[in-house]
Parts: sequence; C-alpha cells; structure tokens
Amino acid sequence: MASVSYSPPASRQALKFIRFGLCLFVALLVLVPLVTAALGGLKTNAELFANPFGLPSTPQWSNYRSVLSEPTFWQELRNSTIVMLLTAIGVLVLSSMPAFVFSRLQFPGRELLFGFFTLGLLFPIAVAILPLYITLRQFHLIDTLWAVVLPQVAFGLPSNIVILRGFFAAVPKELEEAAFIDGVGYVGFFLRILLPLVRPALAAVFVLTLVASWNNFFLPLLVLNSQQNYTLPLGIMQFQGQHSTDWAMVLAFVTLSLVPTIIFYLFAERHIVSGLTAGAVKG
Amino acid sequence: MSSGATKSAVAYGVRARSIRWSKLLVVLGFLVPPAVIYIWLVLLPMAQAVFYSLYRWNGLGPLQHFVGLGNYELILRDRVFISALGHNLIIVALSICIQLPLALALALLLRGGVPGRAAFRMIFFLPYVLSEVVTGVIWSFIYNPQNGLMNALLGAVIPGFKPIGWLGDPGIVLYALFVVITWKYFGLHFILYTAGLQDIPSELEEAAEIDGASTWQKLRYVTIPLLGRTIRLSVFLSVLGSLQIFDLIWVMTTGGPVNASETMATYLYKFGFQRFAIGYGSAVAVVLFVICLAFAIFYQRQIMSRDYS
Repeated sequence: MASVSYSPPASRQALKFIRFGLCLFVALLVLVPLVTAALGGLKTNAELFANPFGLPSTPQWSNYRSVLSEPTFWQELRNSTIVMLLTAIGVLVLSSMPAFVFSRLQFPGRELLFGFFTLGLLFPIAVAILPLYITLRQFHLIDTLWAVVLPQVAFGLPSNIVILRGFFAAVPKELEEAAFIDGVGYVGFFLRILLPLVRPALAAVFVLTLVASWNNFFLPLLVLNSQQNYTLPLGIMQFQGQHSTDWAMVLAFVTLSLVPTIIFYLFAERHIVSGLTAGAVKG
Repeated sequence: MSSGATKSAVAYGVRARSIRWSKLLVVLGFLVPPAVIYIWLVLLPMAQAVFYSLYRWNGLGPLQHFVGLGNYELILRDRVFISALGHNLIIVALSICIQLPLALALALLLRGGVPGRAAFRMIFFLPYVLSEVVTGVIWSFIYNPQNGLMNALLGAVIPGFKPIGWLGDPGIVLYALFVVITWKYFGLHFILYTAGLQDIPSELEEAAEIDGASTWQKLRYVTIPLLGRTIRLSVFLSVLGSLQIFDLIWVMTTGGPVNASETMATYLYKFGFQRFAIGYGSAVAVVLFVICLAFAIFYQRQIMSRDYS
C-alpha cells in the first residue's frame, strides 16, 4: 500500500509473471540433475542410456535394494555420523569457551590472544595437510576416525570463535552483574545464563559444522585407508570406481546418500542460513 | 561507623582479589584446552610446511637433503604448475563475471516479489549443502559422452549435434567444470545477497522512485551501492574458494585430461601424496598460501577497508 507505483497493473502482472518464469527456470536447472539421479537409480543400465531423463518404464527397485543390503553402505553411514557428531560437539565446546573469554572478560593481552586464535582463518587446510599427515602418523592416528575428527575440530575453531564472540558480546552487561550479585561466578554465568540465551547461535554453529563434516572429502581421502573406516563421500568414490560401468547402481548409491542431507536441510535451513550470514558479516 | 566501613573495605578487597583469581583460572581453563589442539594441529603444521619446503624429503627417514629455495625454483619453472595457477585464475575470473552476477540477479528477482518465494529460496540454496562428491558424481553422469543428459539435451534442441566428451576434451573441460562450480556455489552468494538486501531500508528506494528514477536507475544508483559491503565480501569469499578448489575437480577429472583441469590443490595432492614428495609438496602449499595471503591483504587494505570505518 505504502509503495507508490506508476506502472499500470497489467504490466506489473506481466513483470511478476516473467520473474516467476525465470525463477522456475533456475529452479529446474538445480533440481533436474538431482531428480535425474534419483530416477536413474530406478532404471536398468540399458534404459538409463536409451532414456536418460524420462521416467523409468518399470521401476527397478533392485538397485536401491542391493545398495541398502550392502554392509559397507551402513558402515560408511555410521562412520560419517560418528565423525560428524564428535566434530560438532568438539567445535561447539572448544569454540564457545574462548568466545566467552574474548567477549566477556577484561584482561591485559586479550586482543593479542584473540588475534592468535584467529590467525588460523588465514590457513586453508590444504596448506597444512602434509605436515598434518606426518603429525597424525607420529601419533598413530592415521586410518582412525580421530584423524578426521581432531583436525576438523582444530580447523573449525577460528571461524566459530569469531562468530560466537559476536553473539556473546551482544548479551547485556546487566545480566552479568546480576549473576555476580547472586554469587554464581564466571562459570555459573557462562553455563547457566549466557549459553541458554544464545541458543540460536549455538544451533547455527552446530548445524554448519555438521554439514561441513558430513561433506568433507579432502581430509578423509588422505587419512583413511581401509574401507571399514571410510566415510560416505569416500564410499561413493570407491563405489563408483568398482561399478564404473554400472551407472544405475552408482546413482542409486548417490541418491541414498543424499536422502539424509536433504531431510536435514529441510529442517535446519534456517540455522544454516543464519550461521552463514552471521559468519560472513562478522568474519 | 568508621570501623564498619573499614571492615567492608577489607571484605571488598578480599572479594576483589578472589574475583581476580577466579578470573585468571577461568581465562586459563577456558583458553588452554582449545589452544592445545589448535597449536598442535593448525599452527605447528603450518610452520612445519615452511620448514619441510626447504628439504627434499619423502616423508620417511631423517630430514637430510637441505635444498634451500630449490623446491620453489622448481615449482615456478614447472609448466604444469603455472598452467594450474592459470586454471585457478580462470575460475576466479569466471566466478566473478558470471556466477556472482547471476546470484545477485536471482536475489533481486526474488526480492521483487515472486509467488512461492520461500520455496525458490530453499531450492536455490540447496546445492550448497550437498557434498562435492555427490555433486561431482551426478554431473559426471550428466556429462557422460555416451548419451549423458547434456548431450541428449543438446541433441534434442540442436539439429545435427555431435556428442561432446565434456570432461575428456582438454579445450572444454575447465568450462564444463565451471558450470558445475556455478551450480554448486551460486546459492551461497545468493543467500548472502538476500541477507544484504533485507538490511536496505525500503524508504531509500521509494524516495528514488518518487524522484522519478527508473527501475534500472534505482538499481544502479541506490540498491547496488547500498549492497556494496555484501558484494565486496562475496567477491572475497569467491576468490579464496576458487584459488583453493580441490574436491569437485578431483572427483570429476583428477586434474585431467593431460593436466587440462589441474589446479594448485590437485597439483599439491599429486606431488605430496601420490608421489610422496613431502618437501616439494610443502613448497607448493606455501606458494598457494602466499598467493591467498597476498590477495587477502591487498583486498582488505584496498577494497574492504572502507567497510570497517
């Protein structure tokens, strides 16, 4: 109502229609590859190449069934889940502690220490990966899930400390003073008052870390050697190598590994977006 | 009266001291655990990368072959590395010129009011949360030279179309990969722009409209300048991401055919892990780091500095 418009309603309608058409076109470009993969898993290989995008003439559930009956699929799903949860818990705990210190406590040298912790923002993991590999080998961690979890936590710290520090600093000072009058001390204030207040921020950090860990490929590729320790992305690569001519089977595998991601996305999209935009603005 | 005041002052002093102590304990207790893992697995390996890069070393046995800057000299003379760097720069340029404007256009389109806006937003952002491996495998299928989706589609639209080996042709592979990169990452920039647009007060655009500005003028002189901060940030993220890109390329081509889609990170992986040249690989890592750092410093100083004032 408030906006003043000089264009006649008819052209407004047309414009809206064009905008809708363009968005629909892009949405199709995004969805068609995914739908093709899901449908491809329902075809025989002969049909896949005769008719790559149409609906399957008779759905072949056998591809999906045989992936689901493979113990390696479930093992990889399990490994990915364990790594993801341990990483996210580790990042949450170990980045909220320094974030608290850097946002709520005054002491000499604070900014210097904060700078020290954020130095890591400059280092992509690719740069440190060779010495990291040597270090993990020295500690006999190669080919264990810890070799994925620990570096993921360590490299997750700098950006998440920055994000959480911003959120922690926004909690009003009066609450802190009230907490001290009640005699709960720093730790009590942190655990019982601050953390519950910034739950949305914690959720954003948690969810973003889950997604990053679930999708991580570079690090597991280097530090996991035996199939029993593979995470899903490695499993997909391995599966594709084994069934390089059986595309229908590969697509069934890929589709099944997509299902948890998409379900998760539908529920957590809000947190992912708020985490990303907060990180981008503050980082 | 006065003795009471002294007493409370003493009590206060004791309490202040105990607060100071508990503060110190909290600072130490809260900073030491994360510092340990961070130094152990982030900072030390970084320093070691610099150190190892001065040696010829296969990762086993003692470090003996000190070669000084020899590894760096070899890298900068290696045509494969230079062309890998070139591929990174092509991806940087294409991302800035095509991917980001596309993302901005979509964010503006949706902002203009479209039925089903929330659903579109979810769909556009979806590829960003999918794994690079899943994306790479699906697109390898689409690019399959024997009747993959891409060839089938083009064959149906263009009469007399001859199937193309999208990932097998050294002249095409990089652009074919760029299409996938765009598909995968435009959603991130779209979301950043959408968030940035929400912060622009609508009064400013309405004022421009009342002053008789056309839609294009409004965009050019009001909306985009106000979005400057977000755009500069998205360019920054895009450049760093393009310089470090590995996963998608490794899954789809492993840098081939004949190094036509090699990037600095795939080059690093090939030397560091496949040939176990830890010294040489570390030198590649340091070069990659210096390039990213130089860009980051230049960009923050010259372009983003105005955002902090």
